[in-house]
Amino acid sequence: MAEILNNSGLFFALLGAAFATFLAGIGSAIGVGKAGVAAAGVLSEQPDLFGKVLIFQLLPATQGIYGLLVGFLILSNVGLLGGGVEEISLLKGSLYFAASLPIAFAGYFSAVHQSKCSVAGIGTVVKKPDQMGKALILPAMVETYAILALLISILAVNGIHGIQV
Amino acid sequence: MKKKPKQQEYTYAVARIRFKETKLLSDADLASLLAAKDTDAVMRLLRDKGWGDNADHRPEELLAIEEKKLWDFVAESVDDLSTLNFLLVHHDFHNLKVAVKCITRDSKPDGLWIGNAVEDPEKLYRALKSREYGELPDYLREPAKEAMSAILQTSDGQLCDLIIDKACMEYVYHLGHEDDNEIIRLYCELFVASSDIKIALRSARTHKKLDFIRRSMAACDTLDVEKLSLAAVEGEDAVLTYLGTTEYRAAVDALGVSMSAFEKWCDDYLTAVMKPQKWEPFGIGPIVAYIIARQNELKAVRMILSAKVNNLSESTIKERLRSMYV
Repeated sequence: MAEILNNSGLFFALLGAAFATFLAGIGSAIGVGKAGVAAAGVLSEQPDLFGKVLIFQLLPATQGIYGLLVGFLILSNVGLLGGGVEEISLLKGSLYFAASLPIAFAGYFSAVHQSKCSVAGIGTVVKKPDQMGKALILPAMVETYAILALLISILAVNGIHGIQV
Repeated sequence: MKKKPKQQEYTYAVARIRFKETKLLSDADLASLLAAKDTDAVMRLLRDKGWGDNADHRPEELLAIEEKKLWDFVAESVDDLSTLNFLLVHHDFHNLKVAVKCITRDSKPDGLWIGNAVEDPEKLYRALKSREYGELPDYLREPAKEAMSAILQTSDGQLCDLIIDKACMEYVYHLGHEDDNEIIRLYCELFVASSDIKIALRSARTHKKLDFIRRSMAACDTLDVEKLSLAAVEGEDAVLTYLGTTEYRAAVDALGVSMSAFEKWCDDYLTAVMKPQKWEPFGIGPIVAYIIARQNELKAVRMILSAKVNNLSESTIKERLRSMYV
């Protein structure tokens, strides 16, 4: 029983990596898809706006990258990338899992909501192309919360690596 | 129960509409059209704005092309067109009146149909002619039976109109309440309430009996139909006094001027209510607002063109022109 519990630490660490990549990735996929639909609508009327609407479509893509980054860090810390898998206690594995949660959830929700803001921004650019800068700042504000979550996840993953539990 | 499309499903359509809104005529554009020397000058200005298809057309052809463009665009952009039935069903009820009258008078309906209806009018006509009421959609079946039997028994065209018009109002009201969208509910409510107000005023002017007025009006949320009917029996002033106690008090002045002034008030009110949809990135609201704006625009251009053809003064038309959406 004790052996099973000791080995399950790796499982939870891996679950954390998967969670960060999976949830933030889903959020980005939904967000990029939604903004892409609006961009396609605009391009059917005004193809010369491609460059501008593409930027709006890509804004919600970053959360997926943040999730991937945290996933990589966890995998690297537990030795899954280098080939030398460490023995991870259940507590340490659970801590890695907990560390992945900020970017998993904040990544998912911020990507979905950023896409709504991006769609509205696309509408603004269609009507007033000269307001591109202002229209871009508004969805970019949503990014702040994904970055804060990324920061906490990275700090936590790095901190956990150094502790002996 | 019909599954309603999710709000996000209109993202593509709304994005296209954002561009289309930039091409709508503004109040300033209407002023230029109004100031144009003659019909040719108006047509030239409209062609410069992208109206028509680069060929020379008569005014009514140009308007028909633009109307077709509108509905083609809506059909391309909205997956489930039945969501917009509330904007079109009154055309079906008009076509039903045409069919009933033509069948009972043994005349041809050619040129009398209104296009852009939910149902194909020819199909409607064939079903009615062969008395196959089952072929008709649910909302037309009962009014069709009732109107046919009324006109065959009494030869009273007005009674036939009354039955079909009331069924139309009741169905539009039902569509407004079936949908949880505020814009659709508001449009349907205004459709029924303005029809009731027009019935009340016309009935007051022609001294109709209470029973007739009650049979003509349909219930709605913003008017007490019984009070309005009683006021209509009393006379025009009583109708205006009653309306002064409702949320249509702002329309009383317009009603005092003429029925067309009241219609303008209704269109302007609807435009004002729809204006916030210009900033809505999702949902059916911006689509409905755009369709209504485009229809108002066509109405305004039709007015200007007929004014130029009939040499009416600029001021006569100006007071009838609706406020524009942009």
